[in-house]
Amino acid sequence: MTWVNQDKCAIVGIGATDYYVRGKSWPRTINDMAGEAILKACEDAGISVNQIDGIAYYSTAGAGYLDKFDTASLMETLGIPYVGFSATLTSGGGGCPGAIGLATAGLMNQDCTYTVTLMALQQLPQHRLGVVFGSSAPNPENSFLQPSGLVGPGHLMSVLARRHMHLYGTQPEAFKEIVQATRENALDRPKAVRRKPLSDEEYWTSPMLADPLRRLDFCLETDGAVAVITTTMDRARDCRHKPAVVHGVAHGGTREWGRAFAWMGMPDPDFASSGHKFVADRIWNQTGLTAKDMDVALIYDHFSSMVLMQLEDYGFCEKGEGSDYVLSGKIRYDKATRGGVNGGVPVNTHGGNLNEAYIIGMTHIVEGVEQVRGTTVNQVEDCEFALVTGGPASLPVSGLVLRRA
Amino acid sequence: MSYGPARVLPGEGIKITTNPDTEPFWGAARERRLTACQCGDCGHFRMPPSPFCPKCQSTRKVWPDLPGTGTIFSFAICSKNPRTGEDYVYVPVVVSLDGTDDARLVSNLGGINAEDVRIGQKVEVDWNPIDDGWVLPVFKPVEAL
Repeated sequence: MTWVNQDKCAIVGIGATDYYVRGKSWPRTINDMAGEAILKACEDAGISVNQIDGIAYYSTAGAGYLDKFDTASLMETLGIPYVGFSATLTSGGGGCPGAIGLATAGLMNQDCTYTVTLMALQQLPQHRLGVVFGSSAPNPENSFLQPSGLVGPGHLMSVLARRHMHLYGTQPEAFKEIVQATRENALDRPKAVRRKPLSDEEYWTSPMLADPLRRLDFCLETDGAVAVITTTMDRARDCRHKPAVVHGVAHGGTREWGRAFAWMGMPDPDFASSGHKFVADRIWNQTGLTAKDMDVALIYDHFSSMVLMQLEDYGFCEKGEGSDYVLSGKIRYDKATRGGVNGGVPVNTHGGNLNEAYIIGMTHIVEGVEQVRGTTVNQVEDCEFALVTGGPASLPVSGLVLRRA
Repeated sequence: MSYGPARVLPGEGIKITTNPDTEPFWGAARERRLTACQCGDCGHFRMPPSPFCPKCQSTRKVWPDLPGTGTIFSFAICSKNPRTGEDYVYVPVVVSLDGTDDARLVSNLGGINAEDVRIGQKVEVDWNPIDDGWVLPVFKPVEAL
């Protein structure tokens, strides 16, 4: 059934700091970076920071692990006079597009008028994301996981990838293709961290961090901040750029995915999945669209294998056919035609978490906005619909369809 | 790829914590008994143990002795000791426990070359003493007995 709030809100401002290799942002602080991203997003929207009266974020703003930002400190830092809405989507990076849904909820409830969604990330040596599971003191629940030596998210995802390979014959070449195809898109991105072409040999000699996943299957470790501003359509039309209309957005998931890879109790076929099926079904229900209607897909790529499983969960291909789909070139962006290849939908035209930067999913939202504005580097011609996803992670995960105004 | 022998991670330095929901599992392991949390009403198994049965919401728990065998559901192969960073081949493994309705333990597998590990392989529990007098269930191939 068509979503009651369809096309009533839009993202009107985007802002980001430079992207730094892990730890290189110091001596900048989290609030310094978050503030820069917000001010740039306001400038992009053509509004004053004093007009922000809503904050909708995710991951409890704790992705910096030690230094967090929060609503009160951001208000104090930036001089935001008041907020009528402040909310965070639970769990982790799976909530990033869902936070736009949260912003929409605040706007539609008339709690606020301009809502900022942001992530600021700084990985100093004492709190690297990649080792945070392993270095934290064991609690009674993860005492059933941590002693196995599955110490980081990539280790955990590798176990899911192995099951997918076992069930469906998924080939390691498909993981390579995901990394190479999205690397190609990062080559001419000025702010991308990885801007050199990736040879087969370089991929295959990349250290196996958790077989079947190699270092190059793992996302970048970067620092930086990204903010976007959402408002109602009537206000959006007065903003500086063409609005990126919120056409569909959902977060959630089913218990079969639940605690996901922090648990390993998922039944088949959920175990070898991205846990996105429930959210994908909701989004296609809300919009009446399907994966094939998307002009571009910005798919959360903390690990290459999980891109493949999201392609299946969102219905770009059938369950178990992700390997063949990817290997047929269908996630490629063709610079010559400014479109897809072999009937596919271009994926991560910005290079993604694997190649451009990892700001816990916010760069995918920015690219989605730019694609429907028509202003990005690897612009899909005549781009009307962009899918943005967040996760897989423990629930909730989320997805967003942006529409050209 | 060729990795050679998979070794369970050294018990020294491995810590766990417990709470009243999970402690019976670890108490049994200290006595070299493999158990899992089973609902005292509907019989559904759940791991890690938690206060309520997700099937029937009962809080009654029983802790039956399991056969100590299981099947590899999935695994990874890692090459560095996560504590020291030294070269150290180990196989984190997800094991479906025999005698349950697919309750799973995440553990290590030893007694086999890492490149020979397969999903569906039968494994048997072994015991790895860790810090503070606790004992961790680990696994070895049934064939290796």
